[in-house]
Amino acid sequence: MNLLSKITVRHVLEKVGKLSLFSLRFFKAVFHPPFETKELIKQTYEVGVRSFGLVAIVGIVIGAVLTMQSRPTMIKFGAESFIPAMVAVSVLRELSPVLISVIVAGRVAAGIGAELGSMRATEQIDAMEVSALNPFNLLVVTRVLACMIALPLLTVYADFIALFGSFLVQNIEAGMSGRLFYNRVMDSITFADFAPGVMKTVFFGFIMGIVGCYEGYNSEGGTEGVGRSATDAVVFSSLLIIIADVLAVKLTVFFFDIS
Amino acid sequence: MTENTDFTKVKKLIEVENVSKSFGKNKVLQDISLTLSEGETLTVLGKSGVGKSVLLKVIVGLMPMDSGIVKYEGRSIAETTEKELNDIRKNIGFLFQGGALFDSMTVGENLNMVLHKHTDFPLEEREALIIRALELVGLSDKIDEMPSALSGGQKKRAGLARSIVLKPKLILYDEPTTGLDPITASSIAEMILSLQTELKVAAIVVTHDLPTAFTVSDRTVVLESGKKIYDGPVEGLSNTHHDHLDEFLNAARLDRSRREEIIKNAHLIH
Repeated sequence: MNLLSKITVRHVLEKVGKLSLFSLRFFKAVFHPPFETKELIKQTYEVGVRSFGLVAIVGIVIGAVLTMQSRPTMIKFGAESFIPAMVAVSVLRELSPVLISVIVAGRVAAGIGAELGSMRATEQIDAMEVSALNPFNLLVVTRVLACMIALPLLTVYADFIALFGSFLVQNIEAGMSGRLFYNRVMDSITFADFAPGVMKTVFFGFIMGIVGCYEGYNSEGGTEGVGRSATDAVVFSSLLIIIADVLAVKLTVFFFDIS
Repeated sequence: MTENTDFTKVKKLIEVENVSKSFGKNKVLQDISLTLSEGETLTVLGKSGVGKSVLLKVIVGLMPMDSGIVKYEGRSIAETTEKELNDIRKNIGFLFQGGALFDSMTVGENLNMVLHKHTDFPLEEREALIIRALELVGLSDKIDEMPSALSGGQKKRAGLARSIVLKPKLILYDEPTTGLDPITASSIAEMILSLQTELKVAAIVVTHDLPTAFTVSDRTVVLESGKKIYDGPVEGLSNTHHDHLDEFLNAARLDRSRREEIIKNAHLIH
């Protein structure tokens, strides 16, 4: 048990160290040419547009379930009219950014890990390097930036869908009109509810992209390694997103008036 | 390249001096030294796992070595900046074992990517160069195919076309005939020789396939357990009495005389 815990701690520290160096390499590369604009647009489309369906389902479920779960309690306390406000604040501040990031990480980080891992296994990355094509800028920088651009947009999209899900439940259960729901939401939320939630997804996007790229780019062990890269990419990115969220909430409280 | 060329008098393109490389306790390359002259074709022979591919990757700077020096036109690869190394690499074509085509692009796009990055040629000129390179490897009709639609031999040919499209001074071939049937393997070997003759480039061909070595070599180096045990003309292999070389040559011979003995021994096992 003692040996196992030592190995685990060493493994984790090693991983954190290597991931930090990989991130440092990203920050150096991101400001140096070649700038792969075409590939960046393609990757942003892959991460963003191809996640629309998934995000829509998750968004509507978040809004609807939160409303259905909270309704009985809110009614019990005579606060039914506060349901739109409660749902809006919960969704915008926390549920939508974190849940969407974790769910999208499942699709995107795994995809990046598997794709780059497979390129490593079939020597495509080596071929790029030998051809002086700068695979780091082409494969890593574009994918990480794409995640950082697409995830905030997906979060805003999910915010709207989640509120729509909540409205549907309120409309069916209590006959609340669209205008009333809209007014209740708009009266209760401020910039401080919306902006930090979206801003932190830029960092979550970075985590998702860099972990996926790190796992794939450094994949070892052929096809078995590709599977491991995909799995590790999802596990580590989801874990890091949740840990980073604690820090993000602390910073939000510090910088924004969310009382 | 011609039968009578004396490569000792030709300018050295690659110089490998006392290169060693280990993976953990496994010493893959031990004190390897060799040279390659301009226009010369050198084959590196040896069993699977003796470090032939590692040697190629060390030469092109894909893998760091533990000790030793690799020089390209007199410049040490290890002492170059990233930009200088990239400039050197533009003069080197590398054919990987599986072709290593970028599988999200068509064959033509694979070649165009290299040309587009490293030249200022307009599209029409790039297209002409791509078609010419594909013609040289007999794949001009596959320009719009995705790599997944190609056979193993065709992938290697397409990979070779990508390697030669920038007109390099040196081509490194990593097991160009491995995994191919004898006829396709023979056609690839013939194609390598034709390309070497036509493009007048130097080449290092890593292989364990003796027919390929006999077809393409100007000179041969044999590796065994990470050490160089032979460096000379391929014809001289059979005259050099070395246990490993004899074993290597005998294994490649078409010989059914040991068949009965093997079958008899197999029965004894049961």
